[in-house]
Amino acid sequence: MIDFLSARRALVCTFLICMFITGCASIPKDAFKLPPASLEDRQLQSRVFNTLDNGLLLTSGASVLQDLGYSIDESNVGLGVLSASKQADATDAGQIVGAVVLALLTGAVTPTDDEQKIRVCLVIQESLDDPDSSVARITIQRIIWNTQGRVSRVESINSPELYQAFFEKLSKATFLEANLI
Amino acid sequence: MSIRFYSVSIMIGLLFLTGCATQDSHVLSGGSAVELRSFQTRAFDTTDKHKMMRSTIATLQDLGFIIDKTDEDLGLVTGTKLSGYKIRMTVIVRPRGETQLAVRASAIYNNEPIEDPLPYQDFFTALGKGIFLTAQKVD
Repeated sequence: MIDFLSARRALVCTFLICMFITGCASIPKDAFKLPPASLEDRQLQSRVFNTLDNGLLLTSGASVLQDLGYSIDESNVGLGVLSASKQADATDAGQIVGAVVLALLTGAVTPTDDEQKIRVCLVIQESLDDPDSSVARITIQRIIWNTQGRVSRVESINSPELYQAFFEKLSKATFLEANLI
Repeated sequence: MSIRFYSVSIMIGLLFLTGCATQDSHVLSGGSAVELRSFQTRAFDTTDKHKMMRSTIATLQDLGFIIDKTDEDLGLVTGTKLSGYKIRMTVIVRPRGETQLAVRASAIYNNEPIEDPLPYQDFFTALGKGIFLTAQKVD
């Protein structure tokens, strides 16, 4: 009798766990909330150009990205949008050393980062402060695949140095100065 | 022994059940369209579609999205957010009556459509702040 009860309990537990597994894909609460640092991020990702010519900024942006090996995925001059992507190497020497050491110690093969897809998006908006200027904003994301061909990481790249380097190139291509907001 | 046998077979049966919807049945499947549409849609007191689309793009960028696709004729903006997870968002802006615009957003989290009203509410709050207008619920 007791055996039967405990088996039934186990069964109910299994059932509940099964239900939980199917229902547990809930989205993070802050996914659509403006992060506290959003203003700071926007400043780091943006530069002011003294022109209202979306076309100039976007064609220059496209040629800079082409120089860097990107292919253009989407462009819309009216809305001031340009998106581009490229496939690149993602191997990390440190990570490989770690994996080799682990393999020597335990015999287990751990996959390491192999390839990445980098996506860049450039958006031009009219400046709210200066009616003769535009604000260009860049955002970068990447997807990393490991040596087993599985996605190991998806993330946004937040690097003020990369933003700065991109805007320097854009500034040269447009013959316009890129000013901080 | 036999109880264990039963519990194992029930578990296997359960696993089997989750996979038994035919592949074609997903083509036109989805939740309650009316309810879903109501919390995915807000009305704004403006007729400037272009500005609304630009605000949508700016808001999506603020939220960490990259713009994948845009179409001004359709009022369409699609974006993707990658932050340990993947959210794909589709926003459509279209006129609503003479004085308003309706904005409908639908999002997919990893591979599941988001059917919870809260994320949409957060998005429209952010969008309203960006365009200095209040997002109004629609019936």
